Amino acid sequence: MMKEMKRPERGKSLFRFAAPQLFYPLAGALAPWFAGAAAVLTIIGLWLAFFVAPTDAQQGEVYRVIFIHVPAAWMSMFVYLIMAFWSAVGLVMNTRLSFMMARALAPTGAMFCVVALVTGALWGKPTWGAYWVWDARLTSQLLLLFLYFGFMALTEAIEDPRRADKAGAIIALVGAVNVPIIYFSVKWWNTLHQGASVSLTKAPSMAATMLAGMLVMALASWAYTIAVTLWRVRPLILERERHAEWVAAELDALEGRI
Amino acid sequence: MKPRSKRLLLVAGAVALLVGAVALVLNAFQQNLVFFHTPTEVAEGKAPVGRAFRIGGMVETGSIRRAADGVTVQFAITDTAKVIPVSYKGSLPDLFSEGKGAVVQGTLGPDGQFQASEVLAKHDENYMPPEAQHAVDQAKKAAQTVAQ
Amino acid sequence: MQWESWSAFWQMGGAAPFVWGSYGITALLVAGELIMVMHRRKDALRRLLRLRRARAGGGSGRRAFEEIVE
Repeated sequence: MMKEMKRPERGKSLFRFAAPQLFYPLAGALAPWFAGAAAVLTIIGLWLAFFVAPTDAQQGEVYRVIFIHVPAAWMSMFVYLIMAFWSAVGLVMNTRLSFMMARALAPTGAMFCVVALVTGALWGKPTWGAYWVWDARLTSQLLLLFLYFGFMALTEAIEDPRRADKAGAIIALVGAVNVPIIYFSVKWWNTLHQGASVSLTKAPSMAATMLAGMLVMALASWAYTIAVTLWRVRPLILERERHAEWVAAELDALEGRI
Repeated sequence: MKPRSKRLLLVAGAVALLVGAVALVLNAFQQNLVFFHTPTEVAEGKAPVGRAFRIGGMVETGSIRRAADGVTVQFAITDTAKVIPVSYKGSLPDLFSEGKGAVVQGTLGPDGQFQASEVLAKHDENYMPPEAQHAVDQAKKAAQTVAQ
Repeated sequence: MQWESWSAFWQMGGAAPFVWGSYGITALLVAGELIMVMHRRKDALRRLLRLRRARAGGGSGRRAFEEIVE
């Protein structure tokens, strides 16, 4: 009786996917689509970046690093905010899946952070004349990488998953304060790094085709992040929920295929 | 209060406290977070004395002079209000040119001459094709002639 | 098309090491991450399957189970 009453209600709400049992197959079904979108967007983005966007008057061809540098930097900051969001949801609502999402996001955020730092160094040398300077923008971005590493190390090091989740959530929330600092560092302090070319408060200071290339690459990194996170969270769900009956059924189906 | 709202309040309170603390710390260290000083700040004596620091500004148009030895470069760095003469030995970044941004690191001599040990180019956040840059330059020139 | 030739394209106006270095390192990092995700998935599934067999084995299974958990 109870079951019959509960079913239709659960069926209506999107929140039912907060249940690991339902999210697991959903993630498996969605991931390839996002991966496909990422591949297509990357091809379009690279085409715009190298064959449509013109040479820059100031920097010449070397500015083309922007098409990965800026999307990667955006993504590294944004992923951290989403991690902090899921951590807060996990702490408040006590939902297991939220913490798993935070953990699945961290390595991709760290990867984009490394990309932003490395491409920035390779761009800085020919334009500024230095691979690295300790200005507020570069230093706070490096701090973001350490926060990612700290989150991953801590959640891996603590055996008890519940305590690991909570400890990770604290780093994620504390570290989130650094994200606005990175973003506004070029406004608040004198930095060698130039200001934002694209922001919500003013018209972009870029030629339209350059901007198009950068935005398409940003979309590609979004799609990539979603696909990889979904792929990463699936085995996490199975490990955490291994005592559940549905996982046993899932493993039955996998027996002999791995 | 439900345990869930209590936890929400706790998390929100902790984050708010943290943001406040960080804001205070950053405000206190404002001076040290600055990568360079402007020529005006240097003229007002706000730059550190007795140790190396950086000055950022624009390379004054017409100020670059190369010495006979071929490695020493003299130029002036300005924020349009104050001008500081700089002397530097070494190679310059590609984007270093008159009318463009630069950051120089070194020490200020008693004669007001800045001895730079490192010169970095600072470019702006505008990206445009050469033709567009040319059009912008033309428009600026036209505006200047009108103003005169 | 703004490149006079393919060799001009590869030279990137003299900035080839910086531009292609950036894109190359990014490609390597992305590929590395994808490989790691696949490996992690396989490792996790293998471990879970072993765990399950050990528990289904009964008797000596308990010991094997604890070994794996360790």
